[in-house]
Amino acid sequence: MVMAVFVVAAVLAVVSALAAVSHRDPVVNVLSLVVTFFCVAVCFALLGAHFLAAAQVLIYAGAILVLFLFVIMLLGAPQTANDEARRPVQRTAGLALAAIVVVGGALLALTMQAVPPAAPVGSNAHAIGTAMLTTHAFSFELVSVLLLAAMVGALVLVRRKQ
Amino acid sequence: MAPSTVHFVILAALLFGIGAAGVLLRRSGIAILLGIELMLNAGNLALVAFARQHGSLDGQVFVFFVMAVAAAEVAVGLALLVAIFRKQQAIDVDRLAIMRW
Repeated sequence: MVMAVFVVAAVLAVVSALAAVSHRDPVVNVLSLVVTFFCVAVCFALLGAHFLAAAQVLIYAGAILVLFLFVIMLLGAPQTANDEARRPVQRTAGLALAAIVVVGGALLALTMQAVPPAAPVGSNAHAIGTAMLTTHAFSFELVSVLLLAAMVGALVLVRRKQ
Repeated sequence: MAPSTVHFVILAALLFGIGAAGVLLRRSGIAILLGIELMLNAGNLALVAFARQHGSLDGQVFVFFVMAVAAAEVAVGLALLVAIFRKQQAIDVDRLAIMRW
């Protein structure tokens, strides 16, 4: 049963990821990526990371991709010229690198010993929050500074000169 | 039969490869940012799978930080694209020579 859910989510994730990087219409790209992120959230839930599954849907599907959609609408949904084939060197190099990554990752995974996972940890929001605010408190504060800097930077970049 | 860590890592490798191909093959700035998001998500999936394998929560905390960094990166990247689009009415990265000297 769990395996069936995983297979469905994985196939859907790969198919929609292919659509997300290959379709010409940017709106279709973003909406396909929403499907991929939902499938990754399902994988997080299967791995026992329920808090991260919720955060994935809220942050990625809910916030980041909506930001993409806003910008696409703002720029008037620019259709990219379909002249990728004009650059054979770049195309070959890109496809070769992607193939190396996929094959290498799969080989690495297949040669791993099938060790049963350690005892499942209580991956609820309480445990993650405790770890984040005690062991990783400094990183947590740094992330808040980073988000503030990104916010100010985005505002400065899109501000119209008077 | 439950999916093991190997299955999740293979899925992460597939998603990462697709994202890398998107970054290298597409020329629209938005498509490149989408490919980067896909690669970050594949990395997150591998982190969560290995965190479960090791019975530790640190991987999940790290994934949360990666999500925050991805949000910051998208905000700044899209702001850059909007600024560039205002300047030259296109977001084709092959035509971005304005920072070259």
